[in-house]
Amino acid sequence: MTAITAADAPARTPRQSRRARELSGQVGWTVLGWVVGIAFFIPVLWMVITAFKPESAAETWPPQFTFSPTLSEFRLVWGGMGPFIEHSAIATAGSTVLVLVLALPAAYALSIRPVGKWRDSLFFFISTKMLPVVAAIGPLYVIALKSHLLDSIWLLIILYAAMNLPLAIWMIRSFMLEVPGEMLEAARLDGAGRIREIVEVIMPVVTPGLVSTALICVIFAWNELFLALNLTVTNAATMPMFLISSVPQEGLYIAHLSAAATVASVPVIIVGWIAQRSLVRGLSMGAIK
Amino acid sequence: MSSSRFRKRKLAVAGCVAAVVMTAAACSSGGTTASNANSNTGTVTVAVVSNPLITGQMIPLTQSVFEKENPGITVKFATYTEGDLRAAIEKDVSTHSNSFNVVMIGPYEAPLFAKNGWLVDLTKQYVASDPSYDASDLLPPVAKALSYNGDLYAAPFYGESSMLYYNKTLLAKAGVTMPAHPTWTQVAAAAAKANQPGKVAGICLRGLAGWGDNMAALDTVINTFGGEWYNQSWQAQLTSPAVTQAVNFYVNLVKSYGEPGASNDSFNQLLTLYGQGKCAMWYDATVAATSIASEFPAVYAQTGYAFAPTDKTSSSGWLWSWALGIPQGVSDQGAAWKFLSWATSKQYDTLVAQKYGWSAVPPGTRTSLYSNPDYTTAASAFAGITLQSIDSTDPDHPTVNPVPYVGIQYVDIPQFETLGLTVGQQIAGAIAGTESVSQALQAAQSAASAYTPQELSGSN
Amino acid sequence: MAVLEDVTSPPATGLRPRGVSRRERWQRRLPLLPALIYTIVVTQVPFLVTLWYSFQSYFWNEPGSAHWAGVSNYKEVFTDPNFRSALVRSVTMTAIAVIVAMFLGVLLAILLDRKFYGRGVVRTLIITPFLVMPAAAALIWSGPMLDPSFGLLNWLLQPFGVHHVAWLTTHAYGSVIVVMIWQWTPFMTLIVLAGLQGQAQDILEAAKVDGASAWATFRELTLPHLRPYIELGILLGSIYLVTAFDQVRLMTNGGPGTSTTTLPFYLYQKVNFAFDIGGAAAAGVVTVILTIIVASFALRMFARVFQFEDA
Repeated sequence: MTAITAADAPARTPRQSRRARELSGQVGWTVLGWVVGIAFFIPVLWMVITAFKPESAAETWPPQFTFSPTLSEFRLVWGGMGPFIEHSAIATAGSTVLVLVLALPAAYALSIRPVGKWRDSLFFFISTKMLPVVAAIGPLYVIALKSHLLDSIWLLIILYAAMNLPLAIWMIRSFMLEVPGEMLEAARLDGAGRIREIVEVIMPVVTPGLVSTALICVIFAWNELFLALNLTVTNAATMPMFLISSVPQEGLYIAHLSAAATVASVPVIIVGWIAQRSLVRGLSMGAIK
Repeated sequence: MSSSRFRKRKLAVAGCVAAVVMTAAACSSGGTTASNANSNTGTVTVAVVSNPLITGQMIPLTQSVFEKENPGITVKFATYTEGDLRAAIEKDVSTHSNSFNVVMIGPYEAPLFAKNGWLVDLTKQYVASDPSYDASDLLPPVAKALSYNGDLYAAPFYGESSMLYYNKTLLAKAGVTMPAHPTWTQVAAAAAKANQPGKVAGICLRGLAGWGDNMAALDTVINTFGGEWYNQSWQAQLTSPAVTQAVNFYVNLVKSYGEPGASNDSFNQLLTLYGQGKCAMWYDATVAATSIASEFPAVYAQTGYAFAPTDKTSSSGWLWSWALGIPQGVSDQGAAWKFLSWATSKQYDTLVAQKYGWSAVPPGTRTSLYSNPDYTTAASAFAGITLQSIDSTDPDHPTVNPVPYVGIQYVDIPQFETLGLTVGQQIAGAIAGTESVSQALQAAQSAASAYTPQELSGSN
Repeated sequence: MAVLEDVTSPPATGLRPRGVSRRERWQRRLPLLPALIYTIVVTQVPFLVTLWYSFQSYFWNEPGSAHWAGVSNYKEVFTDPNFRSALVRSVTMTAIAVIVAMFLGVLLAILLDRKFYGRGVVRTLIITPFLVMPAAAALIWSGPMLDPSFGLLNWLLQPFGVHHVAWLTTHAYGSVIVVMIWQWTPFMTLIVLAGLQGQAQDILEAAKVDGASAWATFRELTLPHLRPYIELGILLGSIYLVTAFDQVRLMTNGGPGTSTTTLPFYLYQKVNFAFDIGGAAAAGVVTVILTIIVASFALRMFARVFQFEDA
């Protein structure tokens, strides 16, 4: 660096101005990040806020931000949602378990010890996901009625499992593909049969992937509305149906609806927040290591 | 060998899952057998409309009174909004899914379902042998509308006609006085004067798509302007001059002096708006008076009542009743009747009065209610006009010109379920401004003309 | 299938399917069978029944009436303007929602890739819309957010001159799409973010040292790297969004008029309100055929994703 006289010295050294740029850049990104984050979150925040309002404060202009919060709507929701949340829980848990039971061996048969036509099978499963179930909803009702499954929690378990199965197979398969070939070779040379291969080599690697898969299945099953709306009445009605019934024909309902929406969404939101990384792995199909 | 053990284990798992699913499917509920009609135990699943008189009264009272007096009977409620309720009930009853043992229907469904043999004949099965029910006490127009071949097929829970509510304070500020039997022309002029854009709507009217929503109000306007859905030869009349004039009147009235976003509004939203003082006038069901009284006491004190506005006819109010019926072939019919007769009895009215006050009693079902001094005093503001409105309805002759169908704010044919919705959607589009009234009526006319006269009349 | 010739590499674990004994081949098929049989029974049987009903005239509200109707249901489907407009609407709404969500997703992923204070919290906030129950989201948007009389959005936009807009009346189509975008942008963001974070840092460093501008680096290096992730996101998003039902049913009920009636909603109404099982079945079959045609193009893209995955 050449000598600098006081007269023509810049206000800061180049290194300092780079730091300043970096800092202002980071401040800029922080501000932008928070603005965007909050903007996306506002509807959810508003939902939760409104859930604590008394009805009279929920449909006002301008919208009220200060009010005396009350749990009265939550209490009403709590009292009314019993059977619905029970059905949702059973349908979600049951279908997820069923999916994992079916998908694990199938994924194994499409990755580690693949069948001859593994591509065809994989594409068949994915193609069923692309076929809209909406097209068959009338006949589905009649089939369910005739097989005594209408308005039954088993029907939901069966259909939700079919709904999530292709995705689960694809996801678990891609997680299984990550099992290092050398470990499998080593196990085989050791004389390990299929069982040992699965338990000792595959499962430890794949288990986090199973968690992500289960998470995705739980999200889709818990939130499912269309099949529940068309095929259940009272004995298997799920949380989305409870939400719909929170919109009455007459009377004030916004605070009650917000409370119901909050209670319905909170389980999945909390789980999703905690298992964020797992969610990202799952959503990117494990195609991203 | 480990691999064959592995394979067997897989097979075993698959077999177990399949077996469990099959057994559960076979054992689970769904189909039923029509059971003893006289048991006093069982589960009664009731499909009801989501409405303060039901969610705020019938359901709590069932839990606190009925179930305690009848420990062997459990009552489950499935609540829906009106459009969804109709669809769910008709789907259930027509496919004999037997998910509901009591259904809440009205004068549209009762005769049609009875004709198809889908409902239990309440007169023959129960009422004839149960004098305490006092079916002769039921208001004649209401009972007649719920009957088929002289027998009652659904017991009314509440009955209603339509009338005009107005906020006396807001109208006075605009210098308007409202006569007891106004014409639509007078009402439109009053709305123009009382309208304060952005603050108060001159008149609040239904716009939500649905034959029980916007079409209910619009049909009464069509009738009183001299229009009809079909002429005597079952030719659709939706583009006739009378209907065009009526629909243009209604749509323009809503667009000029009605509430914003009207195409999404029905009873629910308008009750709130009116109760918050945002409507100078409101044309809707007579039963709204009961809700205004209990939920918006301040505005209730300022409310005046006028008969449904007319044009060419002397009265124009609609006739509706939410009533309870029992589908054929369901289980626990005895328990179902026990619940149904309890909820539509005089004793139920007294229960409501004790808990919520006389003015909150479900109106429009029994003559004895209107001769009860307790009721007529507490509901003095609206009891008289409600009764007179109901009494002046004649669903058999709803229009100026003779028509081959029955029904004031509906056409009592099976095709109307979807036709009414389709036309309602078109009208909602016209109100929202996404299409013109003539486009809406063209579309409505072609929908109504899609059926042959044989199809339409064969169902009568 | 012809598209499969694109996929060249077998799975990475090296246990090749060829040259194994017959017994071994059956042993390999067995684990696949439960899922395969289950899927076939639960998904194909209803479609066969749908096909059967599509040739019947069967109305639930006309008692005892199912009878053979030949192809008259199909004739009705092809001449019904409502079916055509529902189809077009489904395609356009899905396309707009997916493209905008992906565009925003890329932007948000770039944002979340930077280090800044509270990045983890912001990421949590951004993924929340995807976790909210779609039915809840639809009802909250249609009530507390968009209502003309008391909705929050009108209040937030007041300084910009917006006065009590009835969003679900005058801008129903756009409102529904906005909610779809709001719910699916996080999904796109996460996929693209994973792609960004999988980029080799040394290449980016080299580009910076070479004096390349941020935009040029993005265009020449990052974007091509992100391409498979973007394609995956678009593909999955489209699959789910084209059958989206909750928003239409709960925000606008297909209206006003029929301006937001998509294909799933059209079929739902045909079954539950018109009770026209034959007609709905025929419409369903046509939908399935169209989906198969589109899906075969989509599966080509899948094959390329597989190629990337096995690389």
